[in-house]
Amino acid sequence: MNRALILGAAVLLAAGIPNQYAVAQAGKSAKKPSAAHAKSKQAAEFEQFHEELEQDNPAELFELKGEELWKAKRGPKHASLEQCDLGLGPGVVKGAYVQMPRYFADVGQVMDAERRIVHCMVTLQGFKEADLAKQPFSTPDRTPDPVSLVAYVAAQSRGMKIATPQKTAQEREAYAVGREIFNYRAGPYDFSCATCHGQEGKRIRSQQLPDLASKKEAIKGYQGWPGYRLTGGLMHTLQWRMNDCFRQQRFPEPGYVSETITDLLTYLAVNANGHVYKGPGIKR
Amino acid sequence: MKIRTVSRTISFSGAAAIALLAAIPGHAQDARATAIAIMKRDFHAQGIAGMDRLDQDALQVVCTRSNNRPPKAIVERLERDQADSIKFPADGKLLGDWRAGEKIAQSGHGMTWKDKPGKPAGGGCYNCHQIGPKEISFGNVGPSLYHLGKIRGYGPDMQKYVYAKIYDSKAASLCSAMPRFGHSGALTEAQIKDLVALLLDPRSPVNQ
Repeated sequence: MNRALILGAAVLLAAGIPNQYAVAQAGKSAKKPSAAHAKSKQAAEFEQFHEELEQDNPAELFELKGEELWKAKRGPKHASLEQCDLGLGPGVVKGAYVQMPRYFADVGQVMDAERRIVHCMVTLQGFKEADLAKQPFSTPDRTPDPVSLVAYVAAQSRGMKIATPQKTAQEREAYAVGREIFNYRAGPYDFSCATCHGQEGKRIRSQQLPDLASKKEAIKGYQGWPGYRLTGGLMHTLQWRMNDCFRQQRFPEPGYVSETITDLLTYLAVNANGHVYKGPGIKR
Repeated sequence: MKIRTVSRTISFSGAAAIALLAAIPGHAQDARATAIAIMKRDFHAQGIAGMDRLDQDALQVVCTRSNNRPPKAIVERLERDQADSIKFPADGKLLGDWRAGEKIAQSGHGMTWKDKPGKPAGGGCYNCHQIGPKEISFGNVGPSLYHLGKIRGYGPDMQKYVYAKIYDSKAASLCSAMPRFGHSGALTEAQIKDLVALLLDPRSPVNQ
């Protein structure tokens, strides 16, 4: 993506211009069409469309915003996040995302990326977790800081193999508990995560559903997050994805950056191990 | 919309069925107990979605624990329980309006924490089934229902079968992925009749 364009759009974002406008700007630069294979014309067109979107992905704007937030002295303690330990030592961001969720000895807990970032915002910068949990998901008017921070951290693992650790007993327990949550049928519709995501080749309407219990397909659920979602034009993380799945499962609402979500993400991430993570993506 | 309170009391046969499933390795039971405990701690009621929704009834327990492959002896007993709980319309009429049925089949709204109480839910049928010929955006979690009446017949037995299937899919297939729309109170009697008409009225586009 054209750097001036990114910066221009980032300025618009910083100035509080609605995200959709920035996207319209970003979408203007034309890209060469990819070679259409022997597929149907429609499929080829869609693929080209998606490729163009990937190249001009608005998620990059949030990566930049996240980087600024990471380095700025903020919060009641007027500190940056540069001493935040994402599992590879204080301040090491490169490669951290593809090795989370992981066990953190300082808190005695397994944490996913967003949970750990929120933890650092609380301990290093003095923000209150209750405040961050009040409106944790993006709306047309507002992208919460942890969302941009996750985008920044995730981008620093672009092109790396997913290597979610299972070395400690706590990490193995998080996986086992996550699998139980994944298969837990309840609520007025008797749904579990597995009802829709436990078989290959299934669709809801026209949407393909990856089998997240399989080592082959789990990557399809993991890839592309955090991601810019065309529906609504908002940047979302896996915390939001899990929240909205539970809504559609007709469950009550899970707590933001709760252990339930970490365990579920551990199950998903470990199942996706070995695949290359492509960085923040774009979703329909 | 009247939401029938689903009894969370586990019936005698339900309790016996769960006892029969006890032969599960200890560590799996530990992880499951932990999962339930942390979900009950981490979730909160939101809108119409109360915390009671995390409590499993006997059928949900059996299907979860057996990974949706329950032992045969349990299946027969629990399917009978489900079948016995189906309430058929007092007037004996099972065929409603197929046009209204199409709208109910299209709508996936209802029962989430964003849905308002009292607003009728949809059946979300196209999420999982092919139904009418005009709708090409349909899922494939369930079988195609296109030409259902034309292929399987329009008679009273077939109407009763389809009404029962929508009211409580678990009466015929214990761990089916399909919700129990009548049992849970998601759909009213009149709505289920309209869906029966969508599938079985000879004039419905489904059977053209």
